[in-house]
Amino acid sequence: MPNTASAPEAVTERGLRAFLHGLPAVDEVGAAARAQDLATRSVKTTAKARAIDLAVSMVDLTTLEGADTPGKVRALCAKAALPDPEDRTVPTVGAVCVYPDRVGTAVEALRGTGIGIASVATAFPSGRAPLEAKLADTRAAVAAGASEIDMVIDRGAFLAGDHLKVYEEIAAVKEACGGAHLKVILETGELATLDNVRRASHLAILAGADFIKTSTGKVSPASTPPVLLVMLQAVRDHHRDTGRRIGVKPAGGIRTTKDAIRNLVLVDEIAGPDWLTPDLFRIGASSLLNDLLMQRTRLSTGVYPGPDHYTQD
Amino acid sequence: MAEQRTSAKKAARTAPKAPARLAVRKTYKLYLGGGFPRSESGRSYPVTSADGDHLANASLASRKDARDAVTAARKAFSGWSGRTAYNRGQVLYRVAEVMEGRRAQFTDQLVAAQGVERSEADTSVSAAIDRWGYYAGWTDKFAQVIGGSNPVAGPYHNHSSPEPTGVVAVFAPQDAPLLGLTSVLAPVVATGNTAVVVTSEEAPLPAVDLAEVLATSDVPGGVVNLLTGRAGEIGPHLAPHGDVDALDLAGAGEHATAFEEAAAETLTRVLRPGPEAGGGERAWLDPDPGTSRMSPFLETKTVWHPIGV
Repeated sequence: MPNTASAPEAVTERGLRAFLHGLPAVDEVGAAARAQDLATRSVKTTAKARAIDLAVSMVDLTTLEGADTPGKVRALCAKAALPDPEDRTVPTVGAVCVYPDRVGTAVEALRGTGIGIASVATAFPSGRAPLEAKLADTRAAVAAGASEIDMVIDRGAFLAGDHLKVYEEIAAVKEACGGAHLKVILETGELATLDNVRRASHLAILAGADFIKTSTGKVSPASTPPVLLVMLQAVRDHHRDTGRRIGVKPAGGIRTTKDAIRNLVLVDEIAGPDWLTPDLFRIGASSLLNDLLMQRTRLSTGVYPGPDHYTQD
Repeated sequence: MAEQRTSAKKAARTAPKAPARLAVRKTYKLYLGGGFPRSESGRSYPVTSADGDHLANASLASRKDARDAVTAARKAFSGWSGRTAYNRGQVLYRVAEVMEGRRAQFTDQLVAAQGVERSEADTSVSAAIDRWGYYAGWTDKFAQVIGGSNPVAGPYHNHSSPEPTGVVAVFAPQDAPLLGLTSVLAPVVATGNTAVVVTSEEAPLPAVDLAEVLATSDVPGGVVNLLTGRAGEIGPHLAPHGDVDALDLAGAGEHATAFEEAAAETLTRVLRPGPEAGGGERAWLDPDPGTSRMSPFLETKTVWHPIGV
């Protein structure tokens, strides 16, 4: 879809509005149909084996519960480094994703593995906190050793039409991140329309996001194929216009290997094969990894393994 | 009776002639997770009567249907095994009640499938209904019979209690499509297990009728999953499946040894074909089979408790 609007030169509410509302409207029915159509792609045998390994390496293994203990985070890190203790050919996951106060535990547990440590910040999941608190949250996570920050946008401001506030918050958090990668969570389940998803995607990219992420996982619906499709179109268009590649991370509701492979098909078809790398595509999930491992075992041995052969956390 | 007939004739003369009614033929599908889906593969196979007449097309279950069935059975396990024994008994008795109301359907189905006399089919149906009542009674009694307190040399109370094994893959008898099926299925679910059943290949229709009874008698979806198709095709995927905890090979026939070998890899419990194998519905008529088909699908939990604490 051609991007008819061009990015605003000076960042003002008026300029942002003109740019975002000048983006082509999303054909909701068409997007759903296209996503549905791509979901029927058949990926089998050797292609499936490659897709599974790729998906494993893209997983952001996540635990974001109030009840997260240091022990649970250590267990998660052990699993991230060695997903299947019975099969050392399984790649390590892309990153682990924890709350800021658990980053220290993860840093210790993952030392020497090369696995990224992502931390949610900015008053995750609601994002309803003063900017100073959000920045302090971010700085604390980065200081503790997080290499990636998952921030949430202020959906209230976005829906109220205050694009500039959202923009400035993202830019401020990006600055607070220093060298850490910034993933911006749009929480598409609260944005109501695909037009809004497209606008929020471009707004986040404009403000300096390295990744755009669908959801916190705390709101239903989380990541859906049409939403992912629109976000992939946004990064594709941005690359076409500027030559800069932005990553995409669907999160929430991706539980089965089939879902994961459908996501990879979307990435390949919409954004292009360049995005099929953990540097540009991640999947935020917790239970997905076990299903990937089970499918992997089933492919290599021909026998269905049971879920109790894998650790739960 | 005679009066009714004449009045019906009159009505037929006076009323405008109704168009010939189209037959409403039943699509025989699988029973999976409480629903009646077609096979994932889209395949079906013709089922014929004992005389070779075409009766219907049944779904031909595939490897993936078996996989889905195991997933459904696993999902239903904690709920079903967590119910009180008394409640499980009530549910199973309800199955008998609902079956009783559909006697004629089951009898017709058996007569067509096996070519037996109506009276013989009727005996089978009665025995099958009674079988549900029989195991309904056992649900809150087998623990006392199979478990108990053990004398130990120390200051401890020591109790053993039976617990359900988990997901049981049942190969139903090939030549006993209703009573045989009921006789192997009821003890599995009575003890709190959930079941994936591969029905008789040649006579799967009574099993689908039974599924309709199960679906309407408070048995939670997924507790019983019925796959119509070939044991030889589905079995090689069910037997070594890591999430299948036990196998009942009653109707596995020539495949029994191969399935048992495949099951060994994941330490699956196996119940080999018994003396009933190959004997038709008659072989399953024993009204009091006892605990012989329940205890193979139970694990013993033993608890030590210090005396005086």
